[in-house]
Order: sequence, then C-alpha cells, then structure tokens
Amino acid sequence: MDVIVLQLFNGISVSSILLLIALGLSITFGLMKVINMAHGELIMIGAYTAYVVQNLFADYLPDSMFGWYFALAIPVSFIVAFVFGLVLEMGLIRFLYGRPLDSLLATWGVGLMLQQLARSIFGAPNVGVKSPAWLDGGMTVGDNVFPYKRLFIIGLVLICLLAMYVYIYKSHSGRRMRAVMQNREMAACLGISTRRVDAMTFAIGSGIAGIAGCALTLIGPIGPAIGTYYIVDAFMVVVLGGVGKLVGTVFGALGIGLSNTLFEYWTTASLGKVLVFACIVAFLQWKPSGFVALRSRSLDN
Amino acid sequence: MPIRKLSAQRLWLLAAYAAAAAALFCAPLVLSDFRLNLLAKFLAYAIVALGLDLIWGYTGILSLGHGVFFGLGGYAMAMYLKLDASGGKLPDFMDWSGLTKLPWFWKPFASLPFAIAAGILVPAMLALILGYVTFRNRIRGVYFTILTQALVIITTTLFIGQQAYTGGTNGLTGYSKLFGYSLGSPETKKWLYWVTVMLLIGAYLLCRVLVKSRFGKVLRAIRDGENRVRFIGYDPALYQMVAFGFSAGLAGLAGMLFVLHVGIISPSMMGIVPSIEMVLWVAIGGRGTLVGAVLGAVLLNYAKSTFSESYPNIWIVFMGALFVVVVVFLPKGAAGLFGQFKWLRRRKAADEGADGVRYPAV
Repeated sequence: MDVIVLQLFNGISVSSILLLIALGLSITFGLMKVINMAHGELIMIGAYTAYVVQNLFADYLPDSMFGWYFALAIPVSFIVAFVFGLVLEMGLIRFLYGRPLDSLLATWGVGLMLQQLARSIFGAPNVGVKSPAWLDGGMTVGDNVFPYKRLFIIGLVLICLLAMYVYIYKSHSGRRMRAVMQNREMAACLGISTRRVDAMTFAIGSGIAGIAGCALTLIGPIGPAIGTYYIVDAFMVVVLGGVGKLVGTVFGALGIGLSNTLFEYWTTASLGKVLVFACIVAFLQWKPSGFVALRSRSLDN
Repeated sequence: MPIRKLSAQRLWLLAAYAAAAAALFCAPLVLSDFRLNLLAKFLAYAIVALGLDLIWGYTGILSLGHGVFFGLGGYAMAMYLKLDASGGKLPDFMDWSGLTKLPWFWKPFASLPFAIAAGILVPAMLALILGYVTFRNRIRGVYFTILTQALVIITTTLFIGQQAYTGGTNGLTGYSKLFGYSLGSPETKKWLYWVTVMLLIGAYLLCRVLVKSRFGKVLRAIRDGENRVRFIGYDPALYQMVAFGFSAGLAGLAGMLFVLHVGIISPSMMGIVPSIEMVLWVAIGGRGTLVGAVLGAVLLNYAKSTFSESYPNIWIVFMGALFVVVVVFLPKGAAGLFGQFKWLRRRKAADEGADGVRYPAV
C-alpha cells in the first residue's frame, strides 16, 4: 500500500513538472502553430535567473534574509523569460508564422546559441542552487514522507494553472487570445490586433517556462543543457493532450507522468520509456489529434 | 524554351555530373589517407541526406528520427564485425556485463549477408511500422516530427540502458578486420572509399529515377496539398510510408558505411543532435533538389571538421545561426540561391517561378 502511495506521489510530482513545462508550449503551439524548440532554453534562463538571484541575496543581504530569495526568484524568472520571449517573437518568430516546421528548425538554432551563451557566461559545469531552508524536510503521513520541495512544486503548478485559467477564460485579453486561436481571420476582421496577441501569448508562454526553470532548481543542479532533458517529453504531453485547451495539457501531463513512473517501477528506466512511447502511439491510433481537440471545419487542420 | 537550347543545357549538366563522378573516383590519387577517410565519411552522410531530402524536400514530411535509422544500420554492421573479431567467443563487453551466452538476436549477425540485409531492412521496417501507425491516421506535420524525435530519445535511452546487449554508452568498437583485411590499412580504406562512391552514385540515380517517376510526382503533390491528392483518389498514406521506409533504408546503408570508415558506433551518434544536423545538411544544400542534399552534406561536414577542430564553441553558435538564416532567408538552401542567379540571367522565365521547386508549406 505504501509503495503505491509513494509511486503515485512521485508520478504526480513528475506530472506537475511536465505540466509546468508543457503549459507554455501548448499555448504557443495552440495559438500560433509555432513549435518553439528554444522553450528548453527559456527554462534554462529561468533556472539561471534563480541562481543569480540567490547569489545576489548571499552577497548583499544578511544571512537571515537568504531563505526568502526563492520568493523573489519566481517572479524575476518569469519577467526575465518573458522579456526574452518577447524579443524572440519580435526578432524571429513573427517571420515564421504558418511554417511550423521551419519555426521548429529556426528556434532549435536559437536554442543552440542560447546554450552556448550560457556556457560562456556561467561555465559548462552544472551549478547548484541552494534551496531555502524552509523547503527542507518533508511532511510525514503515516509511514510516508512527502518532501516539502515536491509539495511546493505541486502547489506552484496549481497556482500557475489557476492563473492561466483565469487569464484565458475570464479576462478580456484571454478572450481575444481564444478568438485568434479559433479563427484568426475572423478575429482580425473584428478588430483584434493578432500581431499583439501573438507577441503577448508567446511572451507569456516563455514566462511560464521561466517559472518552470526556477522550480527545477529545487530538484537538482542546473546546467546549460537543462532544458533539453525535458523538452521532448513536454512536446509529447502537448501531442497526447491535444492542442488548445488547458484540460488537454493537464490530462497529457498526468498520463505521461504517471505512466512513466509506473512503467519505470515495473521495468527499468530505459524500457519504461519505450513502453510510454508505445502507449502514446497506441493512444493516437484511437484519438489522432490528442485527448482534447478544438473542433474546426477547416480541412487542413 | 527552344528544344535545342534545352538539350545543350542537359548536355552541360550531364558533363558536369560525369566530371563530378570522375573527380570522386580519382580523389584517392590526390588526398592523404586521413582526408580520404574524412571524405568517405562525408559521402556516407550524403546518402542519408539523399533519403532525408526524399522524405522532407519532396514529400514535405520532416523526420527528426533519421539518426535512429542511421544508427541501426551502423549497429547491424558493427555487430557482424564484433562477432567476427571475437572469433566465436563472447564479445568482450558482454563478458564484462556478466552475460554467459550470446543473446538470440545477436546470433544471425555472424553472417555478413544477413548483417547487410538487416542494416537496410531493420530501419526500413521500423520506419514502415511508424509510418503505418501515423500516416494512416493522418498524423502529420509537427505531430509526426515530434513523434520521430521521441523515437530518437527512447532508442538512445534503450541502447544506453541495455548495456549488456548493446555496449551501452561506449557503443560497439574494438574491431579491425573485414574478410581478414585490416580496416585501418590505406589499401582497404581506398577500396571502402570506392565502394562508398559507387553506392552514393547508385543511391543518387535511384532517387533520381524515383523523383522523376510518377511516384515522385505523387510525392510532390502530397507535399503541396495532401488532401487534394486524397480527393483525386490516391492513398497518400501509402506513398508516405514507402517514401519514409525507403529513406530510412538509405540511412541504414549510410550507417553501415560509416561504421566501416570510422570503426565505432555509439548512441551519441544517433541522438537528437546528429538527427537535427542531418536535417541541416538538407536545409543548407536545398530541399527538393537531390544534388543540393549531397552538396549540403559534404560541404557542411567539411566546414564543421575544419572549424570545430580549432573552435568547437564557435561551431555551435555558427550552426545555430546557420539554421536561423537558412530557414528564414533561404528556404531553398544553396541550390535555391543558385537557381536565383540563373533566374536573374533569364528574367523571361520569372513568372514560372525560379525552377519549379516549392519548399514544403508545412
């Protein structure tokens, strides 16, 4: 029984990280049909931002304040990645609308350059981020210990999810975003500046990647290639969940995170990955456009 | 365009091809052993590029999984060489990992014909199966690309994880003889180079025949409007599957040659970065032209080996920048650039489109 609870917790913990990473991808992909392979590098930017914030706290503030650096690191990571995303959108992505495969290749090139940049600034070896003391230890329930760090990440993901929900479904600019997503031409006819919506959406997706990077610093050391470990899994979440709805992404993340943990528990890590992949392909036989898909009458969608 | 002029142009083109082939055959006379080996490796890469161009440039399907097919071919050849080198005993790395018996799937690789057949057919079958489950359901475009990328990840993890059967991170190495001839000797290297040139020319001609045939026309039609092709009564999935399988087979062949030239195959040679580099060769050379793919593979690798020896960091930035520039400004690659120059000379043909090649819309 305990083993099951622990595996379930691990699975949900992995799912929450995947969800945080895939959240940004799914809105840029869903809205703009842009495959952003540099998303992993935006995660890296968020992680290094947390690292820098930590160092600033350690250098300039009294030790008693150090524990609270993380509370500041989250919004700062969001803002830095947001600005990066905005620049990327205005400088490159907007030339690539309507060419998803080309956007994939170009952003992969951008990702390479950003990785090299990080290597030049911070050095190739991994750097460690010391997590704040109030996240050490864990909550004991019966015989199981749930680490606070993982619980914190799950809580962070829930807050992000809620914020995204409110933004997309309750705010004016979220409504404009959905309008552009469902029918770009019609939305443009009705006076929505699709250019601005695109830039905003891409920047928000990037900002969420920054938060994801910040959260990853709690789990392990960070290096220039930190994003590449997660990026393909995150894309699989988007493919499995379907594009354009939050619930699809949540489902995809839970599906992959839980099955990954279970299969790895039953078999080995490498065989587990193969089984997850086989399950995803099998699932796509049943629902080729993912769990949730926006209905459209367009032929070439 | 008058017929006489066309035929003159064709003659020039044929002469250029013949000269290029002759130059390739004569290369061993001028190049040092080291350079020759390098060139042989690049020519093997060019075979991958041909297949990738067929599926991406002509059919409009971007596969980021060709590293896997290349690697499977390489492993098939390496398994034969390894068994040959260990002379009936268990290969050394299996010994270290505690295996006592040769695994069943290793046994047939003791025969060279089987290994060669497997090196081409295993990748082709894998591609056919993946194509069957995706194209039939009209999973295409970016979805397909992401699936191929996931295929790369799981294959590399599998190969690294199953150390006892695959040699793990180190891959398969430590073999030196083919038919009793040393793979390292200049004489053998020369022969292997010629074999590679022959196979490259063969692959080129085969691709050319395919592209010029009705089959190739359907492929291009699928690229430009899959649904319209479906409405005419073709089954695009079938064509996509065959093209994908064929291109995977070519990648497998190239992988086998690569092992013979380089003497090692490991998971890092079939990972995401090599797979994407293969795409870059085609992109820079010009998708939708076979010559472009070959030239792209050879030139880019030449540039890489010159650059990265002295400035590995700059090479990475350079490669990233190249991707951005080519994709944004030169969607037709170097071959397209050449076409543009021709177009400048002959403005009359302008409204036909430079050379009738359209890069894939999706």
